[in-house]
Amino acid sequence: MKDKLDELRSKAISELDSIDAPSDLDSWRVRYLGRKSALTQVLRGLATLPLEEKRSVGAAANELRAFLEKSLALKEESVRESEVARSIERGRLDVTLPGRPPALGRLHPATQMLRHICDIFLSMGFEVVEGPDVEWEYYNFDALNIPPDHPARDMWDTLWIDFETEDGQRPMLLRTHTSPMQIRVMESRLPPVRVIVPGKVYRYEATDATHEAIFYQIEGFAVDRNITLADLKGTLFEFAKQLFGEERKVRFRCDYFPFVEPGVEMAIDCFACNGAGCSLCSGSGWIEILGAGMVHPDVLRRVNYDPEVYTGFAFGLGVERMSMLKYGIEDIRLFYSNDLRFLRQF
Amino acid sequence: MRVSLKWLKDYVKLSVPAEELAAKLTMSGNEVGEIDVVGATWEGVSVGQVKALEKHPDADRLLLATIDIGKETITVVTGAPNLEAGQKVPFARVGTQLIDGHTGKLIKLKPATIRGIRSEGMACSEKELGISERHEGIMVLPEEAPVGMPLSQYLGDTIIDITTTPNRPDCLSVIGIAREVAALTGHEAHIPEITYEEQGAPIQDAASVEIDDPDLCSRYCASLVTGVTVGPSPQWMQQRIIASGMRPISNIVDITNYVMMEYGQPLHAFDYEQIKERKIIVRRARDDESLYTLDGMKRELNSDMLIIADATEPIALAGVMGGADSEVIDSTTSILLESANFNAGSIRRTSMRLGLRSEASARFERSISPELAPIALRRATQLLVELGGGKAARGIIDVYPGKSERKPILLTQERVDRILGVAVETERVRQVLTSLGFSSEPSGVSSELLVTVPYWRTDIRLADDLIEEIARIIGYDEIPTTMLSSGIPERAPAPLLSLKETIRDLLVGSGMQEVITYSLVSRATLEKIDPQQKLGSALRTANPMTLEQEYLRTSLRGGLLATFSANERHEEDGIKLFEVGKIYLPKQNDLPEEREALAGILGGTRLDRSWLSGEETLDFFDAKGIVETVFNRLHVEASFQPAEAQGLIPGRTAAVIVDGQQLGVLGEVHPKTAALFDISTEPVVLFEIDLEKLLPFAGAVPRYQPLPRLPAIDRDLALVVDADIAANQIQAIIRSFPLVSEVTLFDVYSGKQVPEGKKSLAFSVRYRSPQRTLTDEEVDRTQQKILEHLEREFGATLRS
Repeated sequence: MKDKLDELRSKAISELDSIDAPSDLDSWRVRYLGRKSALTQVLRGLATLPLEEKRSVGAAANELRAFLEKSLALKEESVRESEVARSIERGRLDVTLPGRPPALGRLHPATQMLRHICDIFLSMGFEVVEGPDVEWEYYNFDALNIPPDHPARDMWDTLWIDFETEDGQRPMLLRTHTSPMQIRVMESRLPPVRVIVPGKVYRYEATDATHEAIFYQIEGFAVDRNITLADLKGTLFEFAKQLFGEERKVRFRCDYFPFVEPGVEMAIDCFACNGAGCSLCSGSGWIEILGAGMVHPDVLRRVNYDPEVYTGFAFGLGVERMSMLKYGIEDIRLFYSNDLRFLRQF
Repeated sequence: MRVSLKWLKDYVKLSVPAEELAAKLTMSGNEVGEIDVVGATWEGVSVGQVKALEKHPDADRLLLATIDIGKETITVVTGAPNLEAGQKVPFARVGTQLIDGHTGKLIKLKPATIRGIRSEGMACSEKELGISERHEGIMVLPEEAPVGMPLSQYLGDTIIDITTTPNRPDCLSVIGIAREVAALTGHEAHIPEITYEEQGAPIQDAASVEIDDPDLCSRYCASLVTGVTVGPSPQWMQQRIIASGMRPISNIVDITNYVMMEYGQPLHAFDYEQIKERKIIVRRARDDESLYTLDGMKRELNSDMLIIADATEPIALAGVMGGADSEVIDSTTSILLESANFNAGSIRRTSMRLGLRSEASARFERSISPELAPIALRRATQLLVELGGGKAARGIIDVYPGKSERKPILLTQERVDRILGVAVETERVRQVLTSLGFSSEPSGVSSELLVTVPYWRTDIRLADDLIEEIARIIGYDEIPTTMLSSGIPERAPAPLLSLKETIRDLLVGSGMQEVITYSLVSRATLEKIDPQQKLGSALRTANPMTLEQEYLRTSLRGGLLATFSANERHEEDGIKLFEVGKIYLPKQNDLPEEREALAGILGGTRLDRSWLSGEETLDFFDAKGIVETVFNRLHVEASFQPAEAQGLIPGRTAAVIVDGQQLGVLGEVHPKTAALFDISTEPVVLFEIDLEKLLPFAGAVPRYQPLPRLPAIDRDLALVVDADIAANQIQAIIRSFPLVSEVTLFDVYSGKQVPEGKKSLAFSVRYRSPQRTLTDEEVDRTQQKILEHLEREFGATLRS
């Protein structure tokens, strides 16, 4: 009997060793550990054996059963592992294949720059306000110290609206700058104000690489007690630093706009030549980026702000110009031709 | 304005190099563009004297000129017609850079052998030296030119080109710039005294001036010079005229231009003999009058225009252009010189209307000082006497109806500090103002000054104007930088602004590309969108630069269709574009209504071409899905109803409705419209939403719903209904039953197994009660009731 068990053991183990499919494990288990298996038969037949033999055969059979169960468990684990390994092997990907992109569009580069600039000023306590594109001559010019026949009107070539009043005046136009909103905002609010106005502006101008008939401007102004030219300088220098980086030099020079006094033109040192002078900066080493100044006392008086009590600054900048400088875009007309090959770059 | 530094040196010491001077002028408001060095290429050119001229032995038209250039004498072959022995001429040695007289290109002078005789240099024309365009003959230098002197030393100059701002007429003059330079460099400007000999009877005996319209002419000064010989002006004057960017004409005209450039006062010279009754009348023109101006054109005049007339008729357009009849010609001997101050606005209107903008009108329209008139007049008279050989009549005529006192300006230390944000000592303030020609005295109160403005600074009116002067001369670099220190003002809510930005983000997140198109469109575009477009339904610009940009858009559609079309030509993948922008709706006698709108357009393949993508194309439901998603994220419930709309395909168009109100439209672009925009993609789907109508709904704040704690039971419900029944009607009815918490349409089918004219709709219905766990029996009963209801209402049957 003992020999029979030994034979059973060696046969079972050798069969188990050769198995590599999980389904074969099951039939092996039925064959060697199932109810009808030889081992089970042996164990069932123990009762009929004499006591002496029962004890020795019983111990051997039970030991064999435990051994086979343990072997099976080990085999099951190794079969499972090799199964996983095989499936991993089968599932290799070419990870260099391109990914499946989620649907995600883009903002127009002008919108991106508008947001960027607005964010910088929002962080300095400015509020965003918008105004009409079609304006009265009064807001666009007269209220800003630019009466009819003023030579400064040459600074803004104007697109007029085909609208005549009964007395033959033609007072409606497409705003040439966002500055009319200085008047509109101050007319409707008491100081203090700290506002930026993004918006489209229009010029009667033939287009070329650096001139568009329609473009975006951002107007900014702050009026309160004790606002100074030094505050304007601090605010705009901080803006330039945020937009163009710490390493750019910034310069204020005297310039003339009828609605500010003193007047300012701000420039940054040229990106291309770092101030040495090149074609981008027409040899000057500086690139003009915006006009600014202290709000003219006559403008304040016109909106019933007492210029003896309140002072303020104002500035206006071209949005596309900022993008062109920042991204090295050479032709402003690309912005509104909306060629996807251009738009996709931002 | 082009300013010769050589000329500038007559009035102020130039102690810094040109570049540094240019930088100082630029920083203080007079922007210098180009710096032009005249004579930079003249190495090898010197003053020569023609010693002898002989005929070329082998050529009739050529001469042999022997030229003394100091250290040596050179013989060259020349064809120049104007050479004479004794003349001083610029002579270039071989190797010099010259401008080719024919091609205009810079070339290097090489030795040449002409008809057997070798030339080692040449006498030059003005053009060859880059001085002017003159190339008819050799440039003849003044007799006093020193033989052998390098030409750059004798004639060289540096010209700076200044862009003057419209408020500074004084800077349109060499003296004005000299005053700026003086203040910027700490030197003093020296303006020469004007003296000349006066002879004979007082001018008042010979001519009279009347100003009929003093509102347009505040001052009129005149002098009379007789016995003048008209001829070319001297070389030095011609050079300065050329340096200033003008052309020399004759000594008389050159003198008026010279003095205009020198002082900034335009002048006009009349042929005294042509002035009828020797009478000058300054008046508005009559509507029936006309005048032949100097350029030979007949100008129809009107009562808005100021003219100079004699006793009978107009003889000049005041401040704009002289008349042909009274023009100074070669035979003129007596000159009546005008130096007047005309109203800036009137000059500007007249010159713009006639398209005659000139150096003179540019100065008048910037409001020059009337004090300048007699000063410039006396200077020009002096030059006429000195250079024209004339005799000046005694005195000048000076009619000055517009004289006004300029009051001193009170400037307080407090204001200076408050505007600039830095304390500038009163002593420094005084010093700066003095350097610019202002005079100041203490007002009696400490730290206050009474400042008198010099006559030439017509732009200075307020204390703040003086403060700019202080800042720009001290230098804006000296102003400190500080951040705004006052509290942040209250902000008004801006819901429309944030709605626009949210929508932009949602659409970008939905895979769409933002575009920004012109708000001005062509008439043709308007008509392509709506062939019944009425004139007047869109605002028109009165002076469009191009017909492509003539009308203000009344929808975003045109720009999007055109942009789609333009990109279609080079894009392989699907195109999904949107724009958020204004449309402009005309109003009666008022600014138009500017409404914020949203429009989107899509078409082409659904997925970008890749190894993963299929061939599916974007369709109506892609666009609808995007619109639904946007509304969903805004917590706005929108419904879509079949609708018809201009330019969209009937049966493939839906109205977007919220709370019974139509906010927009969504549909496939009609093939006719697509063809008008040259779009070949099919289908192209478009949507338009009125953001201002959406705004009131978009503020909704979602209410939190507790998460379900009890299990739901899901049942499918596959129905067969008539093909024209709208799915959302059936869905709404299912949704309305109690216990139904969600209804999802998961299949739409028609074809095999579904009778002709019918369709199958399969819904997944989720039943849930917040209070208790539902039983299968309850759910079955409800599902049965739903089915019965749908049978009654729509003849729906359960799909077997």
